[in-house]
Amino acid sequence: MFEPEVELLNREQIEELQLERLKKTVHYAYNNVRAYKEKLDSIKIKPQDIKSLQDIIKLPFTTKEDFRQNYPYGMFAKDVKSLARIHASSGTTGKSTIVGYTKKDLDTWSNLVARLAACAGVGSDDIVHIAFGYGLFTGGFGLHYGLEKLGATVIPVSSGNTRRQIQLITDLKPTVLVCTPSYALHIAETLRKENIDPNSISLRIGLFGAEPWSEQMRKKLEEALPIKAYDNYGLSEVMGPGVSAECTYQNGMHIFEDHFLVEIIDPDTLDPVKEGEYGELVITTLTKEALPVIRYRTRDITKLDKSKCACGRYMARMSKPIGRSDDMMIIRGVNVFPTQIEEALFNIEGVMSAYQIVLEKEEALDKATLLVEVNENIFFDEMKQQRLMLEKIKYELKTILGIELDVKLVEPYSLERSEGKAKRIIDKRGI
Amino acid sequence: MDYKITQISVFIENKKGRFYNVTKILKENNINIRALNLADTNDFGILRFCVNKPEVAYEALKKEHFIVKKNEILAALMEDRPGGLMELLEIINEADLNIEYVYTFVNAKAGHAVILLKFENIDEAYEKLKNKIHFLDQEYFIEN
Repeated sequence: MFEPEVELLNREQIEELQLERLKKTVHYAYNNVRAYKEKLDSIKIKPQDIKSLQDIIKLPFTTKEDFRQNYPYGMFAKDVKSLARIHASSGTTGKSTIVGYTKKDLDTWSNLVARLAACAGVGSDDIVHIAFGYGLFTGGFGLHYGLEKLGATVIPVSSGNTRRQIQLITDLKPTVLVCTPSYALHIAETLRKENIDPNSISLRIGLFGAEPWSEQMRKKLEEALPIKAYDNYGLSEVMGPGVSAECTYQNGMHIFEDHFLVEIIDPDTLDPVKEGEYGELVITTLTKEALPVIRYRTRDITKLDKSKCACGRYMARMSKPIGRSDDMMIIRGVNVFPTQIEEALFNIEGVMSAYQIVLEKEEALDKATLLVEVNENIFFDEMKQQRLMLEKIKYELKTILGIELDVKLVEPYSLERSEGKAKRIIDKRGI
Repeated sequence: MDYKITQISVFIENKKGRFYNVTKILKENNINIRALNLADTNDFGILRFCVNKPEVAYEALKKEHFIVKKNEILAALMEDRPGGLMELLEIINEADLNIEYVYTFVNAKAGHAVILLKFENIDEAYEKLKNKIHFLDQEYFIEN
């Protein structure tokens, strides 16, 4: 355990600490972020109206749309010049969601990532191979600094070039692998193809995140590599990785409740669900300086267990998210919304027609194909022009989504429809 | 004489039975295919053909939700013997014209073959070639 003095607090102590920090956060956000002040003023709520944890339901929700409207820095409580770092996540309309950290925020973050890793049994003697991309994405740098804080030896390999990754794994003998679960599977499959006995490699623990994955996937990974596979959860809007993580009992992910206050709501009525029921996870940050976030709707569907865990922690455990309350897809670690695809198609004269996105696995990696129903505007008698149109659609998609999709033209009315509307997403990946 | 031949192009997905469906619709409307060409890729194909009743074919396929286009091409008569095509292409080459695509059918007239040509600019091509090449008109596809 990295911080046993807080990690072992009982429910009463956790909630006492949460209330004190919630009050502070609401005051702080109200006084420093115009968007929050306006929202609270409009419903005539003052920060001093928050007297108990239950009072949180009086506060308005924050969504990705708030980040979009206040792009890039409008949600920040600090002058951007005083910050230590900026990260970003993909947004709903082509623009990224920009997030920022003060020195103290970065310190908190690396403590929480150190906690996340220690939760899974990683220690200062471990050598960690990080295959998350380093850049605006919070995964790479987030895990990097947290593991350094823990005292582990970090190898910042970053993403891509699987053969090189494998060479580094066989030569440098890391004991911990950090990446997305699908990339871990890809590594395992490449090992097999190159006739390297997976049991001959030195890895013992996998810390996997940045995309949802199932218990079946865990079984597959643990069969293919000599590791125990651990899940962790986080999102850039509230910090990045380090919001919650599995302990060695693997009975849900412990939410680090001294820094995050969570609720589960019914995504339709927006009311709290009964304790232990599935609903949408809503997060309020309790210690963030640069970017305090109140009641952020994560869109992830999960449930909470607040009973004491066999590991000794009382901190609530969330189940693996079982879905989303919106239609966001995660393709190769990148968030993609159908609205973005519509925007891309809309940008090309005459293309806008029924479409469907088909998600499949190809050698453990995501393969995304966009099917577009052809119409007179995009059908040409000449192959040269037809190809040009396909290239144009691909280019537009890449510009807006940041990832490449295969594009296939299909005949009109050939896409599956439900209640007259084309079914937008066919996910065959079976997470 | 109208030297522009109306050609029908249809988008077909590379799926079993799609080509067959097109021919079935044409048969039901008593349309005779005189020349045909299929350009295909892994995913889709462009089916091009000349028929005796292009307007009827166009409407019938449209009604069945096919994506159909009408375009204009030239139909050149050439001799059905070694070098027949070469001589024709030589003339086109000398006229400095770019062909988008071609397809042919033999046995069109005794001892002759017909080559269908798609140019970027049909009027320019016709003007440059009309004195050197024998072009057929739309009537030919209806009558014979």
